[in-house]
Amino acid sequence: MGNPPARTVRFTVNGVPATVEVEPRLTLADCLRHALELTGTHVGCEHGVCGACTVIVDGRAVRSCLMLAVQAEGCAVQTVEGLVDGEALGPLQAAFRRHHALQCGFCTPGMLMTSHALLSSEPDADVARVREALSGNLCRCTGYIGIVEAVLDARAAYKAGAGKGRPDR
Amino acid sequence: MKLPAFDYAAPATLDEAFELLEQHAGDARPLAGGQSLMPVLAFRLAQPSMLVDIGRIPGLDAITIGGDGVRLGARVRWCDILEHPSLRAAHPLLVEAIGHVAHYPIRNRGTVGGSLAHADPAAEMPGIAYTCEATMVIAGRAGTRTVAARDFFTGPLETVIGPAELLVEVRLPAWPVARRWGFEEFARQRGAFALAAIAAFYDERDGVATGVHLGVIGATGVVQRLPAAESALEGRAVDAAGIAAAVAAARAEVDPPEDAEASSAYRRSLVGTMVERALAAAATRPVAA
Amino acid sequence: MTRHDILVGQPVERLEDLRFLTGRGQYVDDRSVDGMLHATLVRSALAHGTIRAIDTAAALALPGVHAVYTAADLGAKVPMIPMRMEANADLARFEQPVLAHGKVRYVGEPLALVVADTPAIAEDAAGLVAAHIEPLPVVLDRTGAERGDTLLFEQAGSNRGLALQALRGDASALDAAFRDAPYTCRRRFKVHRHTAAPMETRGLLAEWDAARQRLTVSGLVKVPFAIRALLATLLGMPESAIDAVESDCGGGFGMRGEFYPEDFLVPFAARRLGRAVKWIEDRNEHLLAITHAREVECELEIACDRDGTIRGLRGQGAYDLGAYIRPNAVTAPRNFAQMAGGPYRIPALHMEVALLVSNKTPAGSYRGPGRFETDCFRERLFDIAAGELGIDRVAFRRHNLLRQDEMPSRLPIVMPYGSGGETDSGNYHETFERCLAEIGWNDKVALAGRQIDGVFHGIAIGCYIEGGGSGPREHARLVYEGDGRVAVHVGSSAVGQGLETIFAQIAADALGLPMDRISAVRHGSSGIVKMGYGSLGSRSTVMGGSAILDAANNLQHAIRTLAAARLGCAPEEVSLEDGLRSAAARGRVLALAGPSGLAGGGIEADGLFENDRRTYSYGSHAAHLTVDAATGQVRLLDYVSVEDVGRIINPMTLHGQVIGAIVQALGGTLLEHLVYDGQGQLLTGSLASYLVPAADDFPVIRSFVLENHPSPLNPLGVKGAGEGGVIPVGGVIANAIASALSSFGVQPDELPLTPPRIWELIRRGNAPVALP
Repeated sequence: MGNPPARTVRFTVNGVPATVEVEPRLTLADCLRHALELTGTHVGCEHGVCGACTVIVDGRAVRSCLMLAVQAEGCAVQTVEGLVDGEALGPLQAAFRRHHALQCGFCTPGMLMTSHALLSSEPDADVARVREALSGNLCRCTGYIGIVEAVLDARAAYKAGAGKGRPDR
Repeated sequence: MKLPAFDYAAPATLDEAFELLEQHAGDARPLAGGQSLMPVLAFRLAQPSMLVDIGRIPGLDAITIGGDGVRLGARVRWCDILEHPSLRAAHPLLVEAIGHVAHYPIRNRGTVGGSLAHADPAAEMPGIAYTCEATMVIAGRAGTRTVAARDFFTGPLETVIGPAELLVEVRLPAWPVARRWGFEEFARQRGAFALAAIAAFYDERDGVATGVHLGVIGATGVVQRLPAAESALEGRAVDAAGIAAAVAAARAEVDPPEDAEASSAYRRSLVGTMVERALAAAATRPVAA
Repeated sequence: MTRHDILVGQPVERLEDLRFLTGRGQYVDDRSVDGMLHATLVRSALAHGTIRAIDTAAALALPGVHAVYTAADLGAKVPMIPMRMEANADLARFEQPVLAHGKVRYVGEPLALVVADTPAIAEDAAGLVAAHIEPLPVVLDRTGAERGDTLLFEQAGSNRGLALQALRGDASALDAAFRDAPYTCRRRFKVHRHTAAPMETRGLLAEWDAARQRLTVSGLVKVPFAIRALLATLLGMPESAIDAVESDCGGGFGMRGEFYPEDFLVPFAARRLGRAVKWIEDRNEHLLAITHAREVECELEIACDRDGTIRGLRGQGAYDLGAYIRPNAVTAPRNFAQMAGGPYRIPALHMEVALLVSNKTPAGSYRGPGRFETDCFRERLFDIAAGELGIDRVAFRRHNLLRQDEMPSRLPIVMPYGSGGETDSGNYHETFERCLAEIGWNDKVALAGRQIDGVFHGIAIGCYIEGGGSGPREHARLVYEGDGRVAVHVGSSAVGQGLETIFAQIAADALGLPMDRISAVRHGSSGIVKMGYGSLGSRSTVMGGSAILDAANNLQHAIRTLAAARLGCAPEEVSLEDGLRSAAARGRVLALAGPSGLAGGGIEADGLFENDRRTYSYGSHAAHLTVDAATGQVRLLDYVSVEDVGRIINPMTLHGQVIGAIVQALGGTLLEHLVYDGQGQLLTGSLASYLVPAADDFPVIRSFVLENHPSPLNPLGVKGAGEGGVIPVGGVIANAIASALSSFGVQPDELPLTPPRIWELIRRGNAPVALP
């Protein structure tokens, strides 16, 4: 099995242009983690079930393990590293801390990115919608109750404009 | 679970895509949203030499609502269906069923064409296309052909799409505004594979059901209709007795396989229960006058 | 000791969160070093067979492949993984080699290690390794294992390791109890194979420094010191030449801390190749490779008086431990036997539990090991017995729960280990009555068994005790730094439970400091403290926290001693003032912190806590659920947990532990199942087939935690709290389902309670399971 040649792919990550040389078979998740050293995005199953690798591509939450890096050509990618507000926690991150919505922290980046995408487009999401949207992100520590409370709590900030006006949205 | 080695191309036109598929003579696979193909590759259940990404070919992502029904381009995503301003009115069964597809982030990339080409009998879109008697538009170098859904699926994970062809569109027949419908799905968890789902619709004339369509998803090895159950209800009122007749016929005519998840008997019973609930919903849901 | 108690007991936001929320955690796969190679395992595709040959030529020929190691490359004797807990010569016959040789005994057993430039190339090469294995018949269940016509280990002569016994009262008392009791009831119960499945799979990064002949292994978790010691033995290296580095850990739940084959193979490869080697387990191999758990069946029998007074309990059980006895395989069977009586007054008890091997993945510990299973069986039997005796099941429990004046209560002795012990403190009736009140039992009991809006309502309650604070000891070291902040070093390890925050709270209070004067909490890795015993069995807060208290006392003493020397007085005369910023005696004041401070480059003090008695937190859980009889679907409407943990350090993280544990156990009861086919192939090798709870499965869980009865066994008064949430869930849910489906005579005596199984039980109706 010969290895097809690497490709040059250009996209932006958290508003910053990135150019990477990747094998066609490299997933976006592995590209972010190992080529771009953005290890905040985690890989929990590599078959699209656990949601740990969820990032935002062109404004929508997607599984980065179910997307090739070469497919990101020209896209705007947002990862957990882009959620901070300067040095301070963003509103969703702060709500996660306040509500003890994480323990081991491994699922947390995916939870945050799914929730960020959801609240950015649906800041009025009700509890059923939040639970439904998060049902594709698995957590083994928290039992989810703190996570759901945190997302509901963060809605106020999104209604007030958080999540809008980012360079990659 | 790293992907096997393959080459990748993102053609700008359909013709380029056909050429690439032809060059790799059956060893290339089209890539749309990748939500079914990528897990297959991760488990190395397929090792294609080339992925032909159709994501940059213009014109495949249109949703067209017309007098002859709804046309969905192959690259229409589940989120496009769910967020469309008038599709719920134009084809409520479709939108309801697609709401059951996988999870929020998957629905942001998964496509109509990818799901139909993957032909998973537990997936919603093939079931809806089959039940609604959709027409598939398949394109290749030699031109475009249309295939009825009943001829399109040839087995689990198998379709009539040729190695150098692409599914470009699915056409769902027109949906009368007063049509009655129900969609019931039972999975162990939201987004998990359906143990059984039923898509049901009929038109009501003079208090009785006509044109009864019952399609079963997930419970059997292939997408299928329930002709005996449909006949049992055809021309009858959809009341408790009518529903019971359809349920009994449905349970008698399906022959679900046994697997690690459930026995055949359980799935057979579940098919009946889903028929019962889908028809009850159809009979009671308010419809446009 | 200074006890301001301003932080202990408060819901302090976690220190860990700052890095986890911003993507700056350092899990093992987050670290890369120059020139690093990547390893992957070749695993057996057959459950049982004789290895004829392993052909590695094609794999080695692939560009980018550096090595393919099989057992033949490991020297004359393939290293075996010894038992760690409850080592025993009978069981040592079933130890696992680090690479299969001669035979394979389960699907997923390591056959070879491939090392290559990238993980993908390593996986490509692994696919080219051709293993020629002649199939043997497979042993997949208790019957097959006990029949013994196929043996996993021919030299052992049996598929049965030892049988554990747990005893309270002598044999004649037990016989008398069952002979004389007016009522006895015997049932067979089963819990299925499932596992922890943390969100992060396992992984290791091993670095070899040839010049210094030193090995650094990152990614060790839970018990890094124990793994280091074993690794040193197996590699023939001095322990001091290995640095064990704890990484952030994406969930433990008991399955980590075994010595797995990869724990030898990856460092071995790094040393052999003189390169850094990383191995990250993928999810499919994770489900094949990590320890499975909980697969046990048992005939359990109770003897009672007509008024419900329990006279005796006895049972014969068998654990299916899979193909090998792993380092921590005995914990679950031991707990299963010993805790069969739970918090109840059972004068005569005898449990016998056989440890069997089969051609499945080896088993080990999983949160609440043995306790989840044994509670499930006992509480089921109680509801059945109460029903048959015509006694209300709440009254039955109230009648038999130990009273406060019966504390401490001796636990059964487990043979052949001779381990016993006794509970430390508590009032089991308090949590029981509170749980009844919180669930609204008196109102809801009217719903039990009734069909409303098409679904049947059921309720149940159950009780448990949890064992925590396992010894033998833990070490801590506090460093008063030149800037006036204090660094906490401790031998406990973090598995995501919020240890750094809890320890910072304890240290800050002990020294009378605010949180921000704790500069860091470092834990787990070698080089931080002399020795560490890690995180297991709900021990970290008890052991590590108490060691920190000791270190805090010693630090204050060290500061006083230093100050006294400077001030020319006795240490007892020195008072520490201004929030530990200055020391004063005889009208003179010395600054401790700052450029001219007494601390200078730092003042250190060690602390130690030793304990050979365990703490026992306890509580009750109650559930209200509905069952859809047409589909078998269970919906949980309300779930209440009430427990007493002695003393609460951080109510927020404690609440998180409880809720998380309950939901994990609900998964084990209703969703999760490691299913094998008749050839020993695992059918649930993905997260699409191994279903764990999701955000919309169990939305209502309520936890109430009391601290009415501190443990007398440690200065904090704390008891363990990591596992209690798991323990009673299976029994409570099974009993609630029985309650809902009482009109069908449904007796759910086997987990998991999936919709298809519940539907089958309803269809089977009033026919009880036949006993052999």
